[in-house]
Amino acid sequence: MNHSFGLRVGPVGFRVGSAWRAPIAELEQLYRGYPPLADGIADFTVRLEPQTPWRRWIRPSVAIHGDFTLPEAMPLALAHGLLAAEMAMNLQMALGQRRYLLLHASAVERDGRALIMTGESGAGKSTLAALLGERGWRLMGDEFALVDPDTGAIHAFPRAISLKNESTALFPDVAADRWGPILAGTPKGTIRHLRPNAEAIAMVDQPARPALVLFPRFGFEPAVRDVGEAELFVRLTQASTNYVTMGEEGFRALSTLVTQTPTRAIDYPDTGAAVEMVESLWQEFAA
Amino acid sequence: MKALARALRDPSSVASLDAAGWMDLLTAARAEQLIASLALRVEGQPVPPRAAEILADARAAAEQGRVRALWEAEMAWRALAPLDVPVVLLKGTAFVAADMEAGQGRFIGDLDILVPRDRLDEVEQALLGVGWVWVKDNPYDALYYRQWMHELPPLIHRDRDRMIDVHHTILPPTAKPKPDAAALIGDSIALPTGLRILLPHDIIVHAAAHLFADGDLAGGMRNLWDIDRLVRQFGAGEALMERARLHGLVPAVTRALRLTAHIYGTPVDAGRLRLSDRFYARRLLARDGWGRETRKLTRLAFYIRSHWIRMPPLLLARHLWIKARR
Repeated sequence: MNHSFGLRVGPVGFRVGSAWRAPIAELEQLYRGYPPLADGIADFTVRLEPQTPWRRWIRPSVAIHGDFTLPEAMPLALAHGLLAAEMAMNLQMALGQRRYLLLHASAVERDGRALIMTGESGAGKSTLAALLGERGWRLMGDEFALVDPDTGAIHAFPRAISLKNESTALFPDVAADRWGPILAGTPKGTIRHLRPNAEAIAMVDQPARPALVLFPRFGFEPAVRDVGEAELFVRLTQASTNYVTMGEEGFRALSTLVTQTPTRAIDYPDTGAAVEMVESLWQEFAA
Repeated sequence: MKALARALRDPSSVASLDAAGWMDLLTAARAEQLIASLALRVEGQPVPPRAAEILADARAAAEQGRVRALWEAEMAWRALAPLDVPVVLLKGTAFVAADMEAGQGRFIGDLDILVPRDRLDEVEQALLGVGWVWVKDNPYDALYYRQWMHELPPLIHRDRDRMIDVHHTILPPTAKPKPDAAALIGDSIALPTGLRILLPHDIIVHAAAHLFADGDLAGGMRNLWDIDRLVRQFGAGEALMERARLHGLVPAVTRALRLTAHIYGTPVDAGRLRLSDRFYARRLLARDGWGRETRKLTRLAFYIRSHWIRMPPLLLARHLWIKARR
């Protein structure tokens, strides 16, 4: 392909090829400081290509292709090429990853132990992880938590954090060069990507033992609820994109996680309250 | 994609690959659903650690796929055994059920079975009775399958999300070659489970028919690799040609042998490569190291051919007209 970029995020490498220079330039800026591909080889290939040849020049639109594709994935405008690359990498993970059990969850680490936050889209797990990542925790990832079936450990996968425009105000102190371009009018509204901080990138190859699972829910009065093992198991199978493809290995990995990790569901009215609740639950269960 | 053919044919050739070469090889192999086959072939060769991890994942995925395919066959067998009808496994599921070389690392998608045409209705009802449902709800598509195809419209299981193709022969009745479906089933071999597989040489004939007398050669590298593995295990020669003659598929089988010898170095006396074979080889190898389909015109030609050989011209015109008006 005309332009390409190699990116390693923790244990997973991506090769992104593009018919245009712009999305690659944006990726290079956003992922500055990330380690090189292991052995120069990526696990997954992503292609940003015009849907039809003339769409390279006229009203350019970026089709999301790669090792694994969904026929219904809609092309994006070239101005949203960075988002297309991010979506394409997520798609490779969701459909192709089988070394690790993949949980659609965010994860942060402290003292070598991991806090996993999962829940429905809009529950705030991504924003919450990003916030904690700026307040003394190490961000392990805002989108996927990777469970190693052999060791039970969580592997970090700190991609750029995708934030809705209104959430960017929660990060006033972040250095300007960590922000990606403002992407207005995307299918997800106006969004902006934030590069995880230097600590998250430097420690990317250090896994962490799972110590606490939380199901945060935004927009309710503060409340903490117990979550039983059976409920946790079922909710995590739903939050996993590859539980079925992993077969027995996935079952074992998930069973171990579920029986060994304390779990709570928390409701929170605002992010300030959420951070306090997380800290106090961490003291109770994990510290 | 020559690198993929070379690596499968001569695994020691991977020793000369650099990182970019490995990247292209792995991507092409994945796109052709041959990555687990590649993993098995290059075992023991010098492989960069990262590539070895990716190949190990592919093998694990293929093993899991094998278990799922056998389970799906078992599910179909539980539904159909009470009918006392011969159920012949086809393609990938047959390879793994009989533990053939061709099953090693084979990616398996749908479950394909062959049953006698006069029992098709019973089979269909039995499957519908235990949770399989129609995939296509368009009445024209359904009618088209029933009237012109060698299989029922595809069914999918509502809980397990797996497709089953129920065949009554191995080529559309509208195609020129007329395989002897009664002989295919009559000479099939029972496995200990009760399920059946085709005679090994019929399996080769079917693979060749599938590749050259049906379809546009999409996924052809994998299908040709099946043929290479099958010929190496079961031999070619006169016994194979006898079955090819019986099913009216001598041209497809001889072409398959010439191409597998050419591309994969299969040890078979296939005769010289013809000019037209080169065009087929060109189509088979039409993919680059980014996994992209290349040689658009060649692909288009084979796409048009795939319709042409399946139907007489007037029927084809009518079919395309109805599809285009949607």
